[in-house]
Amino acid sequence: MSIATDPILEKRPENRVWKKFRSHRSAMFGGFLVTFFIAIALLAPILPIPDPAATDWGAVRKAPSWAHPLGTDEIGRDVLSRMIWGAQASLLAGVISVCIAVALGVPLGIIAGYFGGWSDAVISRCTEALLAAPFLILAIALAAFLGPSLTNAMIAIGISATPIFIRLTRGQVLNVRAEDYVESARAIGLSQVRILTRYIFPNVLPPILVQATLTIATAIIAEASLSFLGLGQQPPAPSWGSMLNTAKNFLNQAPWMALWPGISIFLVVLGFNLLGDGLRDALDPREH
Amino acid sequence: MSRTILSAKDLVRHFNVGSSWLTKGQTVQAVDGVSLEIAAGETFAIVGESGCGKSTLARLLMGLLEPTSGSVRFDDRAVSGVSGPALKALRREMQFVFQDPFSSLNPRMTVGKLVGEPLEVHFPDLSSDDHRGRVSGLLDQVGLLPEHANRYPHEFSGGQRQRIGIARALASRPTLIIADEPVSALDVSVQAQVINLMSDLGRDLGLTLVIVAHDLAVIRHMSDRVAVMYLGQIVESGTADAVFEAPRHPYTQTLLSSVPKPEYRDEARTQTPLGEMPSPSAPPPGCRFHTRCPHAQDRCRTDRPSVEEDGDHTVACHFWRDVAGAAARPVSRPRSQSAAARFALYKAATDGAPITHKQQVAKAAQSVD
Repeated sequence: MSIATDPILEKRPENRVWKKFRSHRSAMFGGFLVTFFIAIALLAPILPIPDPAATDWGAVRKAPSWAHPLGTDEIGRDVLSRMIWGAQASLLAGVISVCIAVALGVPLGIIAGYFGGWSDAVISRCTEALLAAPFLILAIALAAFLGPSLTNAMIAIGISATPIFIRLTRGQVLNVRAEDYVESARAIGLSQVRILTRYIFPNVLPPILVQATLTIATAIIAEASLSFLGLGQQPPAPSWGSMLNTAKNFLNQAPWMALWPGISIFLVVLGFNLLGDGLRDALDPREH
Repeated sequence: MSRTILSAKDLVRHFNVGSSWLTKGQTVQAVDGVSLEIAAGETFAIVGESGCGKSTLARLLMGLLEPTSGSVRFDDRAVSGVSGPALKALRREMQFVFQDPFSSLNPRMTVGKLVGEPLEVHFPDLSSDDHRGRVSGLLDQVGLLPEHANRYPHEFSGGQRQRIGIARALASRPTLIIADEPVSALDVSVQAQVINLMSDLGRDLGLTLVIVAHDLAVIRHMSDRVAVMYLGQIVESGTADAVFEAPRHPYTQTLLSSVPKPEYRDEARTQTPLGEMPSPSAPPPGCRFHTRCPHAQDRCRTDRPSVEEDGDHTVACHFWRDVAGAAARPVSRPRSQSAAARFALYKAATDGAPITHKQQVAKAAQSVD
């Protein structure tokens, strides 16, 4: 029982969250992917690429070449340029709509789960009503109601994705609320606000993070569908989703048109997923 | 008897289980008409088997649960139904130690934060240096090291975590600590350490302790007065010596005779409890113990016995005068070596007043080696 050999006493580095995150290889890879696409989206105006809306009737559906590294689309626009400009719309659609969904869903879920009673009844019934409508139909209805634009599409997608977050958060809060440590917080006299922010929120966060990264993928695809219906990004401005939607008509003649947006969506979603996983592990003091 | 610090009067707590707007569900009578008075500075124990409502009673006394009826008073202030500043003041003076040290500490907070949190709530004007000093002092007081403050709860053993829980309870400098089965989740060797720690602190800081437990050895060792609970009611209460040496209620007698005695084989076991405890959602009429009582008579099945006081020793039984005489007296016989070691460990704290806790742990470890 010598105190000197106590393993708990070894010196600890200062910022353990960041250190753990850095040693998490897949998380770093995810971070790299996400950073790469964000950088491309931000740098679009200064990169030496052709105008994404410029058509060239002499180069319709051309395979990748030196002039057009990723090929051209059905009206001769440069796919590389459209990919880079489209990154903006797609990343915004993915990230902002999920932010809206989280910002609305998590507090509502916490209120429903923690306070219960009539607030739970009202919030849960509304959630169920929203969940009864299929995700995409709801988004289309909302987007049509708000009017066609990328911003309105993001709001529509965000609201449509909110019920999932309410349900998930509420369920987690019900679990955490029954834990002894929440009762111990009441026993020492903490205010409700402190209990919610310090005890409930950090302990319900991990599954929400994972769900958020998965929903980014859904949101990018949903933006594509809305664009296809003319409710999202307005032509001729590009987004990956709308490119993919157009490309599916030319899969036999010009497969590259579908390939690049498909791969990009896949990589962005993968990147956010790995990032979310790593973040969840880094934030959990129990994981080593 | 000195000043009463905590009192409960006709405390009732019922839970509705499985009710919805279509079905009525069942009413579990977890606590049903409990009155007690706890004097300042004493160690009061509440005993009973699992499901008798003792944890519910502890939470009612603490004000963590609202009673269905009845009232709790702390220092002549109401505990039930208060909120705001009055509640905060109560929380500073009354603290709670939880049964399970693995689930009662927020896994996402460091030990320093956990122990310092009550200070933040109740002494918000403390400078950060003072705050850190107080946290180190508290950790030292419960036998942990100040360096442990940067660690997370999962890095500690069960006994250490319970120490963290105790430090957290002590932080606001309370006058009363209610402990709900503080050691039942711990190993026997660790139990002795934590029990000794609590007795030490209780004595050194002049705390009033309310211990809820089912381990009779623990209670015998540390409490001044004992209340025995059965199916939501207190059947017997009195000084620890009186209750343990001359149990009056047949339930107390069966409870005491069911304690496994490590020091000798008890072939002459006189009483065994009959069957299971009835469900608290459908308690038997009359005396609640009559279904298992070896002395039950017709009157017990219909009349609920009132609490009879005889000095400080109360009992709720129609026939306690007959029953108490029939009880077998505890026989003292030589203890086995291992039992003697355990009792020595328990006893060390009460005997050696100046012994600090850490030395004692070291000593105990030596004697085990």
